[in-house]
Amino acid sequence: MADLHTLRRKTVNVVMLTVTGVCTLFAAGVLVFILGYLFVHGAKDLNWNFFTKLPTPVGETGGGMANAIVGSAKLLLLAMAVGVPIGFLGGVYLAEFGGTTFSFVIRYVTDLLNGVPSIVIGIFAYTMIVLPQKHFSTLAGGLGLGVMMIPIAVRSSEEFLRAVPNSLREGAMALGASKTKSILTVVIPAAKNGIMTGIMLNLARVAGETAPLLFTSFGNRYWSPGWEQPTSSLPVMIFTYAISPYEDWHQQAWSAGFVLLALVLTVNIVARAVLAKKKHVAR
Amino acid sequence: MQAPTRQPYPETNLPMLSANMTLDANQPQPETACKLSVTDLNFYYGAFQALKGISMEILSHQVTACIGPSGCGKSTFLRTLNRMNETVRGSRVEGKILLDGVNILEQEVAYVRRRVGMVFQRSNPFPKSIFDNIAYGPRINGTVNGRSALADKVEQSLRRAALWDEVKDKLNASAYGLSGGQQQRLCIARALAVDPEVLLLDEPCSALDPIATAKIEDLIFQLKSSCTIVIVTHNMQQAARVADNTGFFLMGRLIEFASTTVIFKNPVKKETEDYVTGRFG
Repeated sequence: MADLHTLRRKTVNVVMLTVTGVCTLFAAGVLVFILGYLFVHGAKDLNWNFFTKLPTPVGETGGGMANAIVGSAKLLLLAMAVGVPIGFLGGVYLAEFGGTTFSFVIRYVTDLLNGVPSIVIGIFAYTMIVLPQKHFSTLAGGLGLGVMMIPIAVRSSEEFLRAVPNSLREGAMALGASKTKSILTVVIPAAKNGIMTGIMLNLARVAGETAPLLFTSFGNRYWSPGWEQPTSSLPVMIFTYAISPYEDWHQQAWSAGFVLLALVLTVNIVARAVLAKKKHVAR
Repeated sequence: MQAPTRQPYPETNLPMLSANMTLDANQPQPETACKLSVTDLNFYYGAFQALKGISMEILSHQVTACIGPSGCGKSTFLRTLNRMNETVRGSRVEGKILLDGVNILEQEVAYVRRRVGMVFQRSNPFPKSIFDNIAYGPRINGTVNGRSALADKVEQSLRRAALWDEVKDKLNASAYGLSGGQQQRLCIARALAVDPEVLLLDEPCSALDPIATAKIEDLIFQLKSSCTIVIVTHNMQQAARVADNTGFFLMGRLIEFASTTVIFKNPVKKETEDYVTGRFG
C-alpha cells in the first residue's frame, strides 16, 4: 500500500515536471520561432534600397520604405516628448511625495490607463487632433503613442526612484539639502540609469503599435515634411502591405517586419544590459 | 541625574588636547561651555512615545556617548538633535533643544543640519566620485566659491577624516570602490566639509571590523578639538574608550548621565550597573 502511494507520487511528479517543462519550452520557443521565421522571410530580400528609397507604384518592383522609417522615428520622437516628461514627473511625485489616498488613486488610474486597448487611445488622439484639424497628421499619431507611453513611464520611474536607498536621501538632507534638492542632486542621478532603461523599453514597446496610428498618422506613399501631414510608419506599412494582394508587397512587409523586430530587440537587449551593469554598482 | 564632571581622558594621545583638558576648572573656557542643552524632550512616532522627558547638557568639544539596549531611544534621541526624525511621517516632538542657547526646533531646518552634521550607522556614500561626495555639502550650501577653493576644501576634509593619503590619487573614482571602513570615513569627511559645530555619529562602527573601528575611534579623538561629538553605540567598550560623558538610555528615558568613568566604574542607578556589567541587554 505504501509502495503504491510512493509510485503514484513519483508518477505525478514526473508528469507535472514534464508538463511545466514543455510549457516553458513552448513560451521561449514562440520568440525563437518568430525570430527565425522573420529572419528567413524578411532578411533574404533586405537590401540598401529598402532603407533609402520611397515605395514604388504597384507593379513596379524595387523601392523601399525610407519614408516609413523616418516617419516612425518622428512619431517616436513626438511620443517621447509627450510621454517622458509627464510620466517621469508623475513618477517623481508618486515615489517622493506620494503615500496618501491621492497617490493611491493616481496609481490605480495609471494602471487602468495601461490596460486601455491601444485602438481606444487611437480614437482619443483622433478626436483630440484629427477631427478639429480635419486632417491626419504626424502630430496626432505622436500624441497617441505618447499617451500610450505615460502609464509605464510613470510606474517604471516610480519603481526605480523607490529603489534608491533611503539612506541616500537622509545623507543629503543631513548635509543641509532640502527635500527637493536631495531629490534633484542625489535621488534622480542615482536612479538615472534605471529610468533611462525604462524609457527605452517603453519606446521599444510603442514602436510596434499599429492601432493608434491607423487613423491618426494614417499613411503616406511619399515623404511627410513637418508635423502637420499624414505620415507613413513601419507598423502601418506592414499592415497595409501584408493585406495587399501583391506578392512583392508581401515580401516588403516581411522585410519591414524584420527591420522593426531587429530595432525593437536591439533596444531591448541594450537597455537590459545597461540595467544589469548598474546592479554591480548599486548596493 | 548627576552633572557631568570634566575628566581628562587618560588614554588620550593628543598633547594639545590633554593640555586643554587639565587647565584650571575655575577659569571660564569655551571647551566646557554647554553646546547643546536638551530640556524635557518628548518624541512620538504616531501614538508611540519613543523619548520620555529627556534632559541633557552636551558640553562643547567633548565626546558624549549614548548607550542602552536596542529600542531604548538612543538613536531617536540622536536623530532629534539635527531634526532628522522629522522626515518620519506622523512624528512629533516636544521640548527644547538649545544650540548655543537658541532652540533649533524653531530654526530653519537646513541651517540646523549644516551646523549639526550626522554620520549614519551604515555608510551611505552617494553614487558619485569621491571628490563629488565631499564637495556635495559645500556645493549645495554655496559655502565654498571657486574651483580651487572647493578642491582645497575637499582635501582639507579628507585630511581631517584621515582618508586623504588613501584616496588622493583616485578622487574621480566612484566612492563605491572604497572598503567599508574607508566609506565610513568618507561619510565623516563629507559631513566635515560643511564645517559642522556638532557631529552626530549613529553607531558609526557597527558594520566595521576592529581595525577600521580603531581608525574611526582615533579620528573621534582628533575631531574633538574642532567639533562637539555625540555618538550612539552598542559597544560599551567603545563608549568607555572614546567618550568623556556617557548617558544610559532605557525604554525612552535617560536613566543616568555622568562622566564615562562614573557610568562604568560606579554608576548611581541600579539599571545602569546591570547594563554595564552585562547582566542584561
